[in-house]
Amino acid sequence: MTVFLETCLAVSVGLVAIALVLTAIRVLRGPTEGDRIVAIDLFGVLAVAMIAIFAIWLGEQVFLDAAIALALVAFFGTIAYARFVEHKAALKAKEPSDG
Amino acid sequence: MMDSLILRTGVRLLLPLMLLFSIFILWRGHNEPGGGFVGGLICAVGFALHALAFGVRAMRLLLKVDPRTVLGAGLLVGILPGFVGGLLSGAPYMTSQWLGAVGTPLLFDIGVYLVVVGAILTMVETLMEEGED
Repeated sequence: MTVFLETCLAVSVGLVAIALVLTAIRVLRGPTEGDRIVAIDLFGVLAVAMIAIFAIWLGEQVFLDAAIALALVAFFGTIAYARFVEHKAALKAKEPSDG
Repeated sequence: MMDSLILRTGVRLLLPLMLLFSIFILWRGHNEPGGGFVGGLICAVGFALHALAFGVRAMRLLLKVDPRTVLGAGLLVGILPGFVGGLLSGAPYMTSQWLGAVGTPLLFDIGVYLVVVGAILTMVETLMEEGED
């Protein structure tokens, strides 16, 4: 591994780690549910990026398959959460507004 | 069921990809990380996505059989190959028998795959049917 590649990897690990922390804060604080859903989706993408970086760093090809699996599966949670929010809104609209 | 054109088009493209990847993971579990459990999970998530986009009934039509049948068939496929060694040479239960590169462990892994797919899809079907009416 060249020095340049090593420097790039170290910098990118730091940047992705900062992004992960910021996203986690957004998930915890997120004023609306929409913010949280988008943040969770972003968290999945960042996790895929982190796995890919470590696959290059450690030279383990097997890690990339975990990244593929996570990329394929991560957005399922987002969609399920979105469906839940949609469902809740529909239920609220159906209820008589006396409460 | 979500009436979204983007999700439906995406799922149409993703489902074959996920099924292919799950088979690949199952096959690779033979010698490297992977195996029936992870492969089954990916396959089940693919079908669950289809259920989210097109409704549970459409998923059931796509699957053709009851997920509970898949679960039972998987248990059978997982348990029976363990007896092969005993029948051939009186070896203890679950002793591997090899025919070249493939053997009873592969059959056991396929059984695990089917059990995981059946169990997850049974849960998804039950939970989503409740939310749909």
